[in-house]
Amino acid sequence: MSSGRWIAADDRVEVEVRLNGEAATLEATPRWMLADAIRAHGLTGTHLGCEDGVCGACTVLLDGDPVRSCLVLALRAAGSRVDTVESLGTPDALHPVQEALRAARGLQCGFCTPGFAVLGAWLREHEPDADAERVREVVSSNLCRCTGYQPILEAFGR
Amino acid sequence: MKAPPFAYARAESVADALALLAEAGDEAKLLAGGQSLLPLLVHRVVRPTHLVDIDGLDELGGSTRDARGLVLGALTRHAELERAQLEGRERLLSLAAAQVGHVPIRFRGTLGGSVAHADPAAELPVALLALDAEIVARSSSGERTIPARNFFLGPFTTALAPDEAVVAVVVPESARRGTAAFAEFAPRAGDFALASVGVAALVEDGRTSGVRIVLGAIEATPVRATVAEDLLEGEALAVAAIAEAAHVAARDCDPIEDPSTSATYRRALVRHLVRDALRTLRGADA
Repeated sequence: MSSGRWIAADDRVEVEVRLNGEAATLEATPRWMLADAIRAHGLTGTHLGCEDGVCGACTVLLDGDPVRSCLVLALRAAGSRVDTVESLGTPDALHPVQEALRAARGLQCGFCTPGFAVLGAWLREHEPDADAERVREVVSSNLCRCTGYQPILEAFGR
Repeated sequence: MKAPPFAYARAESVADALALLAEAGDEAKLLAGGQSLLPLLVHRVVRPTHLVDIDGLDELGGSTRDARGLVLGALTRHAELERAQLEGRERLLSLAAAQVGHVPIRFRGTLGGSVAHADPAAELPVALLALDAEIVARSSSGERTIPARNFFLGPFTTALAPDEAVVAVVVPESARRGTAAFAEFAPRAGDFALASVGVAALVEDGRTSGVRIVLGAIEATPVRATVAEDLLEGEALAVAAIAEAAHVAARDCDPIEDPSTSATYRRALVRHLVRDALRTLRGADA
């Protein structure tokens, strides 16, 4: 009756991905989200806030597109490119969007910052000429409870 | 919260997905972009025993034009619709897609998923009803085409049989002409709409025909404001006619109530949004 193709609920399987430019093997059971698997792999820059797609703290790039990694099954990412905040810069050499967030004071507690940084880096690369209205729309997808958003808008506009 | 346990299989084709669905029993679900289903899982609102992942199937992506019109694959992403070069009334698809959730949601969410999920507040079903679109459903015994007006039966309830999958949406060829507009109100950008309105019409020599005024998030399914539509048929979109149509659409609808939003408030939103959308329609034609 069964095709034998099912991964059982408690089966922990390997998920081959291209993580921040390098081949990596994540581990996950079917119900693990991509964010869970990335963090279990040791990359804890991706933060989980709401876990239901509202806050955007877990934003990563999946095959180049910004996504909520709490709303993508880890197993779905098999064979895909995944880029997290760890791909952006280092403490000594910040990515331009990280530098802009720092300069504009676009962070306070920092919990939401990885999501904004990934989103901002994507916007900078794909829509460098985004107007103020578009920047506002993109920023509206993530929540920040500290800054009041104006410094983030300023950083994204730089 | 974390999702409850389920078994998972990645389908290799639509036929494969339907076979997997059949062998998985009554509590299995198809998973596409997951932007509606996965939140329901983590809130434990639904507890499927099996998920069949169709998200990567090439045969469900892309769009074509054939004798029927514009055929959009079920895995067409909202972000693709938003940016698509569409013509005439077809542009309503782009306008509606641009209002779905947020940018990252729109990169993952799919047309077929929105249709099959049938959230009363969803934007794309409003557009499909306004465009007289049809939904193509496939089961192991074949395909059938269901007009959008017969597809949405209630909140999260559709005419799909348990063994069927949405494979495409067809927008009739005639929608390449005319104009359309979409308006919605949500408390914050990206929230679920408290009310949405899609309008579409042909405008020739200053007279409208084929007028569609569709309300979303107002009743259990998207609904046409047919009396208001008839008022505008063959008329010019004058200020008074627009005001009258908005009044009638608001008067005739039967809004749902929830703890934060009264029927009276939703009715007022309908009046304003119908007026705004029709004004935009007039402006787009000018």
